Amino acid sequence: MYVAVKGGEKAIRNAHKLFASKRRGKANVPGLTIEQITEQLSFAIDRVMGEGSLFDRGLAAMAIRQAQGDMIEAIFLVRAYRTTLPRFGYSIPVETARMHVERRISAAYKDLPGGQLLGPTFDYSQRLIDFELDPEAPAPTPDQSETVEAGPMPRVTDLLGADGMMEPDPEDHPEGLIGDLTRDPLSFPADRDLRLQNLARGDEGFLLALAYSTQRGYARTHPFAGEIRMGDVDVSFFAEEVGFEIPIGRITLTECQMINQFKGSAKAPPQFTRGYGLVFGHSERKAMSMALVDRALRWKELGEEQTAPAQDEEFVMSHSDNIQASGFVEHLKLPHYVDFQAELDLIRMMHKESADRDTDTAQQEAAE
Amino acid sequence: MSLDTLSATAPAYNFAYLDEQTKRMIRRAILKGIAIPGYQVPFAAREMPMPYGWGTGGVQVTAAILGPDDVLKVIDQGSDDTTNAVAIRNFFARTAGVAMTAATAEASIIQTRHRIPEEALTENQVLVFQVPIPEPLRYLEPRETETRKMHALSEYGLMHVKLYEDIARHGHIATTYAYPVMVEGRYVMDPSPTPKFDNPKMHKMAALQLFGAGREKRIYALPPYTDVVSLDFEDHPFSVQEWPDTECAMCGAENVYFDEVILDDKGSRMFVCSDSDYCETRQAEGHFGPQHAEYKERLK
Repeated sequence: MYVAVKGGEKAIRNAHKLFASKRRGKANVPGLTIEQITEQLSFAIDRVMGEGSLFDRGLAAMAIRQAQGDMIEAIFLVRAYRTTLPRFGYSIPVETARMHVERRISAAYKDLPGGQLLGPTFDYSQRLIDFELDPEAPAPTPDQSETVEAGPMPRVTDLLGADGMMEPDPEDHPEGLIGDLTRDPLSFPADRDLRLQNLARGDEGFLLALAYSTQRGYARTHPFAGEIRMGDVDVSFFAEEVGFEIPIGRITLTECQMINQFKGSAKAPPQFTRGYGLVFGHSERKAMSMALVDRALRWKELGEEQTAPAQDEEFVMSHSDNIQASGFVEHLKLPHYVDFQAELDLIRMMHKESADRDTDTAQQEAAE
Repeated sequence: MSLDTLSATAPAYNFAYLDEQTKRMIRRAILKGIAIPGYQVPFAAREMPMPYGWGTGGVQVTAAILGPDDVLKVIDQGSDDTTNAVAIRNFFARTAGVAMTAATAEASIIQTRHRIPEEALTENQVLVFQVPIPEPLRYLEPRETETRKMHALSEYGLMHVKLYEDIARHGHIATTYAYPVMVEGRYVMDPSPTPKFDNPKMHKMAALQLFGAGREKRIYALPPYTDVVSLDFEDHPFSVQEWPDTECAMCGAENVYFDEVILDDKGSRMFVCSDSDYCETRQAEGHFGPQHAEYKERLK
């Protein structure tokens, strides 16, 4: 007997309740606090802020907790909240040369003005699970060099630029106009400002794979990690009412300048070129991936050949956003039985026709 | 608005969720779409609190045209009670508080995914479609830069070749839903993944039809009484799905779009109306199909 497909509303309510109880886990285990997440899962926070395009550690922690640690879901929560926020204006571009640097390394020079500063890093550690790690034990106090305020740390690319070995920074737009793909629909071809914005919001895994592909010969870009720096920068806003810049806060950024060998083309002289990566928080993997992909996407302006997916801006930009991608992939869970019925009808007809044809041929052969 | 309805605290979200600036931007895109039937208008789709691919385009169009006096109906696969239809209805109940209905005739706005109601719509109604891939040429040419050019030049040879190849290879045009249509003799348009059964309903429909694709950031429209012609060939005319000798098991309707319901693991199945409101209305009027309890009662 046919049971009418009713009760969707009640089923959804119950599914949500069940989910909430799954989120909490066993009641005798203490619930996660926001401080625990912001203090002890900082890389998770940074990823959610970066791909969620909103610098707010507390909000990112709330999203991670609500999403039960599903990063893309947490990013989605932050994005959906972000769109509802009023927009007062755009900040003055941040100056990463004046960053309060916590970490700064260059793979291109042994030593350089400002020095190499390892800072906090996973690098060089043995990836052994630490069975002895006591979450309650106080962390060792890091040794401090005499807290001499480090001298100025010019960017490596500026050092190379001084003698013409490095392509210069791109010129500012004469009216300071920068595209914003959250406000205007994307159209192709896209300029580098939009490409960088897209990459900065893009999925770390997707960019990592694309960047990796460029290293394996799909659009080879001959990269050197010219410089990676991480630290805090001041954000200022030009207030029309008072007529001057007001510092409104400080954010943590990771910046990567890839230096790429370039033998010159009809469009540009032989010199080092660059790929650029900039992300919220501490995320070197993402910043480096972004820089490699940015460089690969610049093939046209540098007069290179286009041969690989990482160079194809329509392919890269249309598929980098994990909120769009996961939504569309997962929408296949929605009912599609109307379309399926239509296909079933067609396949049945074609199946029958094919079977009839086979029978005809068999009869014909038997007759011969 | 009277003074009584003004409250000291601002509501957390604007009426129908979107802020008024965003609604204005969307309305402009809709107006442009109406002015150029079948043309895909790019718009700055917002991130919505539901996933892309789950109706964000339709939801933004509905939010932009919804007024406090509207009566909203939301269907998915023809039914008001499918999970995503329920979720979208809840969204508007929560953010706009407008009246909801399941009755096609009572609704001023109908948001739909994959179906057009069986009952003819009127000039006082708006039908809003959720669209996943607005570009009818997308599976033939993945590049947006190319497809926009093809539309600009009305260069639709590729589509005709595809349909021809279907016939040459399979004996039929092997497209059963999202069947491409020509709008007012100018733009080839994707009718959204509605079955081709519904294509003829789009032709010269009295109601305004709006199409929203959130992830792809496109809006397009069919003003009332627009020519919408399914692509075909003279010797292979367009035809819709048919279920010969089939009636709805619940209401006895014929010549409607059916859902096939599997009853057991021995191949028994039955067909019921995909449009649940149409089916229930018929039952209420006393029409019963062979699986309906009343039908068996009458046979006694």
